[in-house]
Amino acid sequence: MQATDLRDPEYFHKVVDCQHACPAHTPVPEYIRLIADRKYADAYMINWKSNVFPGVLGRTCDRPCEPACRRGRVEDEPVAICRLKRVAADNKGDITGRMPRPAKTKNGRRIAMVGAGPASLTVARDLAPLGYDITVFDRDSRGGGMIRSQIPKFRLPEEVIDEEVGFIEGLGITTKYGISIDSLKSLMADGYDAVFVGTGAPRGRSLELPGRAEGAANIHIGIDWLSSVSFGHIEKIGRRVIVLGGGNTAMDCCRTARRLGGADVKVIVRSGFEEMKASPWEKDDAMREDIPIMNFLVPKSFVVEGGKLTGMTFEKVQAEYDAKGRRNLVPTGELDTYVECDDVLVAVGQENSFPWIEKDIGLEFDRWGMPVVNETTFQSTQPKVFFGGDAAFGPKNIIWAVAHGHQAAISIHKFCQGEDIAERPAPGVTLTSQKMGIHEWSYDNDISNDQRFAVPHRDKAEALADIKAEVELGYDEKLAFAEAQRCLNCDVQTVFAEPLCIECDACVDICPVDCISFTGNDDEAVLRTHLEAPAHNLTQDLYVSLPLKTGRIMAKDEDVCLHCGLCAERCPTGAWDMQRFIYDLTQAGGASCSR
Amino acid sequence: MTFLLKPKLHHPNLPTNALGLTRRDYEGSVSTLCAGCGHDSISAAIVHACFEMSLQPHRIAKMSGIGCSSKTPTYFLGASHGFNSVHGRMPSVLTGANLANKDLIYLGVSGDGDSASIGLGQFAHSIRRGVNMVYIVENNGVYGLTKGQFSATADRGAKSKRGVMNSDEAIDMVSMAMQLGATFVARSFSGDKAQLVPLIQAAISHQGAAFIDCISPCVAFNNHEGSTKSFDYVRAHNDAVNSLDVITGRDEIIVDYAPGTLEMVKQHDGSVLALRKLAADYDVHDRIAAQAWLSGRHAKGEIATGLLYVDLDPVDLHASLRTVDTPLNELDETVLCPGAAMLDRINASLR
Repeated sequence: MQATDLRDPEYFHKVVDCQHACPAHTPVPEYIRLIADRKYADAYMINWKSNVFPGVLGRTCDRPCEPACRRGRVEDEPVAICRLKRVAADNKGDITGRMPRPAKTKNGRRIAMVGAGPASLTVARDLAPLGYDITVFDRDSRGGGMIRSQIPKFRLPEEVIDEEVGFIEGLGITTKYGISIDSLKSLMADGYDAVFVGTGAPRGRSLELPGRAEGAANIHIGIDWLSSVSFGHIEKIGRRVIVLGGGNTAMDCCRTARRLGGADVKVIVRSGFEEMKASPWEKDDAMREDIPIMNFLVPKSFVVEGGKLTGMTFEKVQAEYDAKGRRNLVPTGELDTYVECDDVLVAVGQENSFPWIEKDIGLEFDRWGMPVVNETTFQSTQPKVFFGGDAAFGPKNIIWAVAHGHQAAISIHKFCQGEDIAERPAPGVTLTSQKMGIHEWSYDNDISNDQRFAVPHRDKAEALADIKAEVELGYDEKLAFAEAQRCLNCDVQTVFAEPLCIECDACVDICPVDCISFTGNDDEAVLRTHLEAPAHNLTQDLYVSLPLKTGRIMAKDEDVCLHCGLCAERCPTGAWDMQRFIYDLTQAGGASCSR
Repeated sequence: MTFLLKPKLHHPNLPTNALGLTRRDYEGSVSTLCAGCGHDSISAAIVHACFEMSLQPHRIAKMSGIGCSSKTPTYFLGASHGFNSVHGRMPSVLTGANLANKDLIYLGVSGDGDSASIGLGQFAHSIRRGVNMVYIVENNGVYGLTKGQFSATADRGAKSKRGVMNSDEAIDMVSMAMQLGATFVARSFSGDKAQLVPLIQAAISHQGAAFIDCISPCVAFNNHEGSTKSFDYVRAHNDAVNSLDVITGRDEIIVDYAPGTLEMVKQHDGSVLALRKLAADYDVHDRIAAQAWLSGRHAKGEIATGLLYVDLDPVDLHASLRTVDTPLNELDETVLCPGAAMLDRINASLR
């Protein structure tokens, strides 16, 4: 196997699993250390730079970082990364002085943003300080997009949205809220240098079943209903409510219904409970509020009696897998199930909708009605028009919208400067030794043995009584510190220097997780089998040295390395060193704001 | 020196042995020796050996004297018995313990100072009495705790870290052990666990005085050019006579060596030593020839390692003393004081 090339910034980036898994590549261990240090404002700014909405995401993120977390591979649960982010946001204090100022001079370029959701606001955040003249349009009366309209306030208080949307609105941008853009052609005719479309996936799918039209008054589209609740247009719902769908929107719908008079709320899904799209913790939250989730029931009809919806019938199915492992839902042949209800909330998916984009402006759509968008540059086939967030590649989640926004901002900036947008800026990378003394490191390398700490919740009766009462109370400082200590500091890398190694085996002997081996070289597949512990996790790289004096190589399986630094502490010659790896995703115009 | 405890978290696929224990269960407290010390590797090899043999930790007694090496029993087998004796007196204490309870496995861990200087007499007599034990000398050729003066095993002509030449002749403990009647003699190197671990296992299963001289470089004071106990020197001059696999009763015997190069040696406890010859004309059962061989290699500046001598019919101290089968510490008062009638009978038999 070839020796590992540490000059490739992606090698160590992959080792920081959380940061690598985060679409915006937030330097997670870096901010977690700052939280442990009670430097909340610093932790917040690191987040703000990368993911723009730390307070929002600290409550609502889909957290792709957590399944990736190395801690989850050496014990039961990953670090509660998402809720630690919220701790930074909750305790940051006044940080207005750290925010970038509106540009003193404008650069004369005008950019229009359609939709004021997370993707658009990210583009605006990145471009406004560079002097762009930015106008953001949204059909709603306030900015935030789905963050404001679809996420219930008991999960995300209004003040958090106001603050973080406000940071961006305060960068000297023009907001035109309450305005629906109905023609891209005429918007472009206004002479904008570029247009960013961040309109999300605004249309909730309906369910055309018998009785749909007759019962229409009590059948609601989930995201529209949530939006109406959010803006105060709806304040109550029937006593018995069926929520159709197994995603996070369905979870929001059922929990909202519980707070608006729904005493008997059920979630009913076609698939099995395990295959539901909703995040496991959102399912837990729903069930904790006495909402049963009934599975393997396919909706068959809405039952309407005397002009009023009285219930729904469902066909019972079971999962069968064909030879290729594909799942089919096959009727069990049992009698249909009838479930009584007063209202139905349909949360079976959402779609993009671009009726306002003319077909003759050089902007191509694919056969599914989605714009043809470059996955790297986010440019459409109409060079002046860029897409991001759900509008680009269909429904994902907030952190993806932010990641898209950063990349689109780079493209728009390069486009306006007349540069080649296909050429992407390299990340900023540094590797710094953390050695302070003989066995002293500038990070806390003593591994905590604690299990994941649960976030305290508000008393259930109290929470259900007030739709605006936030259910999760967040970690207090003590819990936050203890949880932060569970972080393994995977960004502090084990760096090996071949010429210094005397092959004394001290690192092999001390390594608590058997990840270091000195062995004869071989092909990777073979090498993986004859290490101190076999390296079965193929998603994790082997760190392989050049040949040593005895002709052997050092091979380290990155998979379960605790980054405890004991190899470096035990190394008599300093061949191992613990070095902090910073991977800084470059943003538009270099760095839009400093840490 | 580190004071951080080794984290409890371990590899998710860490294997367990017949007792359901993992290798980590055989570790001790965290070492306070210098980083990179050869002794830590020997500790790790002992941990490996005991884990793989599925030994019950509470049936092992670790005995040591004074010195860097004698500190190490703290760093392995944390759940075993231990006794840290006066300087050079480990062999006597071990002999006493062995007499009292012959059912335990005795692991005597000592160093070149503890065994070749202050404890030379104790070493000699425990070997010649044939105490059933594993006697490991962690041999680095210097007094590490007092900043690296030459010890009695340092080779004549070796240079100290400051460049001073050693003018005294070295004590070769392997030759001494053979001459004194050890029934199992081996030499190994802390930097070669593939060799050391099976040797420790073979020594544990040997039912007599088993001696292992393990060269263990002192990274702080004896790992420089001019040293004959450095990693580089030992690697360059290591001349292994054989390599060894230990097959305990439970394992199936699989032999995949070329015919004629492999010798299966069955020990009294049922374990089999699969010895692969590296030096074709070396006979591991011939003590006289082995001693000659060792002298020859030594004269050429080579360090002979491997299993150097094994007697398949060892006689241990208890056999010589014809003690009862029950360990002495388990004999109760009625057995030990059989009464006046018995005393009379014994006295009568002596008249």
